[in-house]
Amino acid sequence: MFPVAVAAMSELLSDPGNPSSLHAAGRRARRLVEESREQTARALGARPTEVIFTAGGTEANNIALKGLAWAQRNSDPKRNRLVISSVEHHAVLDPIQWLVDDDGFEVTWIAAQADGTITPEALQVALGENSSDVALVSVMLANNEVGTINDIAALTAVIRGLGINFHTDAVQAPMWLEVNFAELGVCAMSVSGHKFGGPHGVGALVMSRDCKATPLIHGGGQERDLRSGTLDTPGIVGFATALTNAVENREQIVARVRSLSADLIARVLEIAPDANFNGSTTHRLANNAHFSFPGALGDSLLMLLDAQGVECSVGSACSAGVPQPSHVLLAMGADADLARCTLRFSLGHTSTKADVDALIEALPSALDRARRAGVPRAKIGVSA
Amino acid sequence: MKVLAALSGGVDSAVAAARAVDAGHEVTAVHLALSRNPQSHRTGARGCCTIEDSNDAFRAADMLGAPFYVWDMSAEFQEKVIADFIHEYSEGRTPNPCLRCNESIKFEAVLERAMNLGFDAVCTGHYAQVFDGPNGRELHRAIDPTKDQSYVLGVLTAEQISHSIFPLGNSTKVEVRAEAEARGILVAQKPDSHDICFIPDGDTAGWLSRQIETVPGDVIDAETGNKVGTHPGAQAFTVGQRRGLALGNPTGDGARRYVVDVDVKKNTVLVGPPMLLDINVIEGINPRWSGPLPLTGQRIHVQVRAHGDALPARVELTDDGIRVVLDDYLRGVAAGQAAVLYDDTRVIGSATISRSRRMENA
Repeated sequence: MFPVAVAAMSELLSDPGNPSSLHAAGRRARRLVEESREQTARALGARPTEVIFTAGGTEANNIALKGLAWAQRNSDPKRNRLVISSVEHHAVLDPIQWLVDDDGFEVTWIAAQADGTITPEALQVALGENSSDVALVSVMLANNEVGTINDIAALTAVIRGLGINFHTDAVQAPMWLEVNFAELGVCAMSVSGHKFGGPHGVGALVMSRDCKATPLIHGGGQERDLRSGTLDTPGIVGFATALTNAVENREQIVARVRSLSADLIARVLEIAPDANFNGSTTHRLANNAHFSFPGALGDSLLMLLDAQGVECSVGSACSAGVPQPSHVLLAMGADADLARCTLRFSLGHTSTKADVDALIEALPSALDRARRAGVPRAKIGVSA
Repeated sequence: MKVLAALSGGVDSAVAAARAVDAGHEVTAVHLALSRNPQSHRTGARGCCTIEDSNDAFRAADMLGAPFYVWDMSAEFQEKVIADFIHEYSEGRTPNPCLRCNESIKFEAVLERAMNLGFDAVCTGHYAQVFDGPNGRELHRAIDPTKDQSYVLGVLTAEQISHSIFPLGNSTKVEVRAEAEARGILVAQKPDSHDICFIPDGDTAGWLSRQIETVPGDVIDAETGNKVGTHPGAQAFTVGQRRGLALGNPTGDGARRYVVDVDVKKNTVLVGPPMLLDINVIEGINPRWSGPLPLTGQRIHVQVRAHGDALPARVELTDDGIRVVLDDYLRGVAAGQAAVLYDDTRVIGSATISRSRRMENA
């Protein structure tokens, strides 16, 4: 977390005010929340009334995806198709899968380019000739695995006037990119504090006043009735402080981290010339370096690098902790084996050249050992 | 040594790993995901890889201060253990999947991967002991006869044994549970696992009936050759079995009848009096040796069930395996099970039982 956010947040932890209370302490808390809402709106190119505080990005995605899908179907029962990018985070994929498996919706997955981009043409193909049955489109602003950035404004242009809601998961973006909600032309956008130097467990859904969503959480009616529950004043203040700090210092942070990641990428490819550098070379998050290392299982590399004090990530793991082949890489056309040989190095605003040096020093022996351990066969059906 | 400790999420493997840490080893913990539901990309499946087991293993690793990872061995487990289990039953044999798992997963795929990744040994919570002997490392029975698991480790080769650590072999289960309590390991009172992990409800016959296409067939009296009933499919029957025969017409003398043979090709189950189950010669194939081979005619003890007695016998080496001649008759030996040979407490090796028979004046 940014120290300014830690300070702003921790100062409030002993303050018991509930922003929904009418007494002085409550009013004080409410003022802090509303100021945070205004700061958040300013930082994201939105209006304050459009900001709904949540307990993180996953919650924001669920409120938006389910809420918008339900409201659309309620007003027009034939709108029961969801058109969703195939490279989304599980925080989008899984609510969508639930709507399909348990709630009668249909889904059309939008194909990704080899670099992970979702193009307007691909969206058009997924919508098909007749899009009058489509309730919702969701495409992420920037990909969490390979860092590819989508041109959301070009995508929303495709559906303009068609009566379709557009949601974007922008959780990866605010730290590294200018995000302007109004210019994106989306109906709803999710962000999360821990991705820009703010606290874990605090996020926001930015939602246009014109979009109708059915509430998922019922209770005290806070946050436009869409996110009932006592507001976490310290967390919200920490969130808004971090976001403001990230935006104010973005140019300088991005420049520094971009040069670190360029160095990292060049040196990794020097050590492993056969590695695939995944994602876009031009439209990519400044902090993301994502590779496939043929013949070296991602989780072998992770374990070996972890032992050397280098922390990196494989695609994702299931609730039991089993590493999964990256669905993002699969959607980008990688074969199943290669999708298990991936590793992501994410830099943060605190990363230094020494961190990159430590990785470069540990990588050759880790690669050697991981390759010796090999890649077990790709998954086969398990009937047990 | 750099030791890879396999944590199941149960008490034994947690205490074993703790002892490896105490012994000064550099311990890394892994939980093996052996089975999962392919329909759900997010949910661990039942039986061998529940989320609770994985979390328990994670918490045990936390207590030890060991890094923790999950290794996905589900493809290997499906092919080498579950598919083999189904195949063996479909051929009319009765396999032991725990042995197969030790042979091809824990001490083969996992050990090999561990060695390649730079580990020196694999540590598990099996109750068995390894000692230095004149011919290298030797595998011995645990001191607790009620928990001894040397039988299911009888498939390990000398090379595998030399890279295996079994810290629990010199303790009783009671001691291990007490130690888990004292160490604050949260799973100290978790019940022991007994059944086949990928058939969590314990209904092996029901599970098999969903995996193997079965056709009803005849139950034949082994002595008279007469049909005495029908069965839902020969594959689900095991030599020595008495329950589930559902014979409508009892024998004249009211004696109980047992499955004495299963012929999958003819789809028949032969039943007869228990005397027909008494055998004294066991033939085994696919031998695996834990150390030097025995000499033909050598006096040994043989164990044919996980918790069976060690029976005095002599062993002969054959072209494709072993022949064991028992001193006394033994009732109900099923093909497919393992015969593990012992020299006192030391495991000599094992073979898969291909045939058993009765030989007079053996």
